[in-house]
Amino acid sequence: MALLAELTHRCPLKCPYCSNPLELERASGELSSEDWFRVLDEASELGILQVHFSGGEPMARRDLPKLVAHATRLQLYTNIITSGVLLTDEAMAALLEAGVDHIQLSFQDVDPVMAEWIGGYAGGHAKKLLAAQRIKAAGLPLTTNFVIHRHNVDRVDAMIAMAHALGSSRVEIAHAQYYGWGLRNRAALLPTREQLDSATETVEGARDRLKGAMIIDYVVPDYFAARPKACMGGWANRFLNITPSGKVLPCHAAETLPGIDFPSVKSRSLGDIWSNSDAFNRYRGTDWMPALCKSCDRREIDWGGCRCQAFALAGDAATTDPACAKSPDHFLMAQAVEESRPDAEFVARGCMQVPRVSSDTIYVREF
Amino acid sequence: MIPEDAVPCFGAGVKFRFDQVRDGWVLLAPERLFQPDETAVEILKLIDGVSSVGAIANGLAARYEAPRDLIITDVAALLQDLADKGVVRL
Repeated sequence: MALLAELTHRCPLKCPYCSNPLELERASGELSSEDWFRVLDEASELGILQVHFSGGEPMARRDLPKLVAHATRLQLYTNIITSGVLLTDEAMAALLEAGVDHIQLSFQDVDPVMAEWIGGYAGGHAKKLLAAQRIKAAGLPLTTNFVIHRHNVDRVDAMIAMAHALGSSRVEIAHAQYYGWGLRNRAALLPTREQLDSATETVEGARDRLKGAMIIDYVVPDYFAARPKACMGGWANRFLNITPSGKVLPCHAAETLPGIDFPSVKSRSLGDIWSNSDAFNRYRGTDWMPALCKSCDRREIDWGGCRCQAFALAGDAATTDPACAKSPDHFLMAQAVEESRPDAEFVARGCMQVPRVSSDTIYVREF
Repeated sequence: MIPEDAVPCFGAGVKFRFDQVRDGWVLLAPERLFQPDETAVEILKLIDGVSSVGAIANGLAARYEAPRDLIITDVAALLQDLADKGVVRL
C-alpha cells in the first residue's frame, strides 16, 4: 500500500499536463513538519510500505530531508518524485543522509528547447541532466520519467535512448493522463491513434532490446481503449493521497467530485479515515456499481474504471467510466479525440513561485 | 541457468524487510512491492552480497535435508526471475 504525500503545490515548472488541481493550494495552508511526522507515524501503523514525496515540487519544502529521515526511521520506503531543478549537491547530500531510497526524475523532452517550452522553466533541462548525474553518483537507482503527449510523442525512441545513456535502471514512458491541468489542456495534448500506436511499437521494440538492462514502464491514455484502466487499483483499495493542506483523497483528482466531504489529517487519524470515512467507502469494492459493471466479469479487474473521469466526461461519478466500450457514453472518448488539434493552445499551469529568500517565512506570488 | 559462483545482491534501492502489519517479509523496490512466499523468503534471507548461488543452495540443502540438485534449481529459477524484475543483481 502506498501513500502519495503532496507536500506543496509550489513548483518552478508549469507543465500543461500537470495533474494538480486547477485550484492550487496556497503555501500558507500547507501542513507543518510536525503534522507530516504524525501522518507518517499513522501511515506506518496503517500498513503503508511506500511513501512518494511529491507535489508540485517536493524539494521546494526545506524540511524534506527531515520528513525523509522520519519516514526512514519508520522503515517506510521513500521515493521522491521531482523535477530535479532544485537538486543541488547540498540538497542531494541532505537527502542521502536522511536515508532516501529512490528518486524519480522527470524530463519533459530530449531536446532542451522543446523541454523548456513545455516546462516553462529556462535552464531546466540542463539542471535535470546534472540532477541525473548526482543521483547516479550518490549510488541511488535512477528512474527517469517522460510524460508523453502529441508534441513529443515522435521522440519516444530518443527518450528511451537518453534514459539508458543516463544510467536509468528504470524509465517511465507515461502518456499524459487527463486530470487537473492535463484535462484542461487535453485538446492540445492528446495524440492521434496513429501516434499512440507508433509509440507503443517503439516501446515494445525497446523492451526486447533492453531486457535486463533497463525496465521500461509504459502507461497509455485510455481514450483509445476498449476497457477502462483499473484506476488506482480500485477506489480506496491500496492508495492514499494527502494534499498539501492535509486533505486525504483516494486519488489526486477526487476533489473534483461533488458532494463528498474529504476528511483532513488535522481532525482524524489516517487509519480512521481509511476504514471509516464516507469518502473512502463511497466507491470501494463493487457494491456501489451500476448494474452494467456489477454484472461484468471484469468488475474486480478494472473496478469500473475511473470515478473522476466518469464525472468529468459523463457528469456522474457513479456511472461506468466512458473509457469502457460497454458504457453508453463511450462516444465521448472518440469525440475528445476528434477535438484534439496540433495547434490547440496551452493554458500554462498556474505558477506559484518557489521562495528564494533565505529566511523561513514563505513568500508566494500567484499568477 | 545462472552459474553457481554468481554472487547475488539486492538491486540498488531495493529493501527486504519484515512487515509487522502483514506479518510477513516484503521486498520493496521503486513502484514495486513483492510479497515473497515462504521458500523465496528463506532464499532471500541468505542474500548478503558475499555468498554465491552455490553456497546458498548448500546451506538450504543442509538445513532442510533436501537434495541439493533440486534446491539449486529452485534457487537459480527464483534469482533469475528476480533479476529480470530488477530486484536482484547477479
